[in-house]
Amino acid sequence: MERRPRSFYVLAAFFGLFVLFLYGPILTIGILSFQGPGGGLTFPMRGVSLHWFRDLFQEQAVGDIWGAFRRSFGLGLMVMVTTVVISVMAGLAFRKRFHGSAVLFYAAITSLVIPSILISLGVGLIFNQLGLKIHWATSGFGSQLTWTLPFGLLIMFAVFNRFDRSYEEAARDQGATAWQTIRHVVLPIIAPSLIGVALFGFTLSYDEFARTLLTSGSYNTLPLEIFGMTTNVTTPVIYALGTLTTLFSFGIIAAFLLTVWIIGRRRARLGSDAGKGV
Amino acid sequence: MRLSNRHLVGWLQAAPLSLILLGFLIAPIVMIVIVSFWGATEYSIYPAFQFDNYEFLFGSPVTYRVFGATLKYALITWALTLTIGFTVAYFLAFHVRSLTMQIALFLICTIPFWTSNIIRMISWIPFLGRNGIANQTLISWGVIDEPLEWLLYSDFSVILAFVHLYTLFMVVPIFNTMMRIDKSLLEAARDNGASGLQTLIHVILPLTKPGIMIGTIFVVTLVMGDFITVRFMSGSQRANVGRLISNDIGLLQYPSAAATAVVLLCTVLIVIAILLRFVNIRKEL
Repeated sequence: MERRPRSFYVLAAFFGLFVLFLYGPILTIGILSFQGPGGGLTFPMRGVSLHWFRDLFQEQAVGDIWGAFRRSFGLGLMVMVTTVVISVMAGLAFRKRFHGSAVLFYAAITSLVIPSILISLGVGLIFNQLGLKIHWATSGFGSQLTWTLPFGLLIMFAVFNRFDRSYEEAARDQGATAWQTIRHVVLPIIAPSLIGVALFGFTLSYDEFARTLLTSGSYNTLPLEIFGMTTNVTTPVIYALGTLTTLFSFGIIAAFLLTVWIIGRRRARLGSDAGKGV
Repeated sequence: MRLSNRHLVGWLQAAPLSLILLGFLIAPIVMIVIVSFWGATEYSIYPAFQFDNYEFLFGSPVTYRVFGATLKYALITWALTLTIGFTVAYFLAFHVRSLTMQIALFLICTIPFWTSNIIRMISWIPFLGRNGIANQTLISWGVIDEPLEWLLYSDFSVILAFVHLYTLFMVVPIFNTMMRIDKSLLEAARDNGASGLQTLIHVILPLTKPGIMIGTIFVVTLVMGDFITVRFMSGSQRANVGRLISNDIGLLQYPSAAATAVVLLCTVLIVIAILLRFVNIRKEL
């Protein structure tokens, strides 16, 4: 291998600084969440303790955090499943031109670039004028889908742009129906990407703020609850919460990535029987 | 028969997406446009067809100042995220040699995207505060005597947070386009005597333009539509259009909020329409 040019080291240093910039702050609050009982929002550390985590689990002076977490988790799962199903269907639809496909595509792009507060405001207004009750599972759910679906759709475009159609043709030549082709050929091939779509669906919903702001009703989701805390909580308990929910996100991400990796391994091992004389 | 059949299957498959977008994107936009002509009392809103909201909006110098501030945030954030994002993507795509390493480092860059923006904003407080790490470090080094006041709750902290939150949106599409550049083009450039810098400017940069455009669309729209970052990182001391809207909502002045929202939406869509002329998104994925 040829020697690295000097620019490599400069750029590597730049990249290192960038990673530090990305993760440094969150590491800081991770450390500060272990402040002693008398500690404040910034360094120095006044002792090391689990005081603020205990606070989080004990008193409800900080609000209904666990209720908010349960709601966010449930909503995340709802959004995740819906996003995967709808994105795959739409992805399949967009493989062929149909009347109105261009309009639908631009609507999806608009959904992605529209300022979130407009969705929040508009959905809130509609529900109010129709006399419907806004609730995280109805208006909140729909509003979040306008954020997750375009991502799902774009991923499906990327997937089908790289999809080898000859697999489908082979299935059809052997007499598979359209549904059998999708069920037994297309879906297994694109499965790892679907896990990617699911990851987007869950995490974007779990962390969504602006589109849920006016559409979640009287029960807050976790990001709304955390934002409420920023205005009236002045102790490291908010860092403890931030640390926990970030660790939770990391856990979710790791689980998804691990699944993709395992599927890839399985596929590499079992996928092809070429040359084995089966 | 075959033709109509093909369209029918397409429609059925696209129906759920269309319904969601109709109900939660198109209908809200229509509603906002309608309500922007309504009137409001202190406690309620009533249907009307009047231009008062728009007249007030365009007649107020605050509007122009706030739109100016919003564009300023968008422009500065764009320039910074582009520079940083391009450099990072360039390093990943052309200087990291093994694919495994590329994927690993790329994931390191994208993971924060899947965590909470609010927490990522909060996490700057111990850094930038009056007694924060930055000030303490600078004082202990003897660079400054007094803590700097402009680190937190200022334009500086707002833009810092924007860059922190949104550089990802530049790195990902730019990296994606760079990875698809045929490496033999770079060899050809070198064989013909181009220096590293010349290759970068005349070969890589033009070929990366679609990725840059997609990143630009993301960053510009996210910053222009934002209200929470500006509110939180400026300690409510700075304003952008999003905050104008959210303040009106807080005061239950929905018609006025709707009028501002309509103008904001038009501004964003015009910017996007201009940017989309330079790139075909579907082809680039």
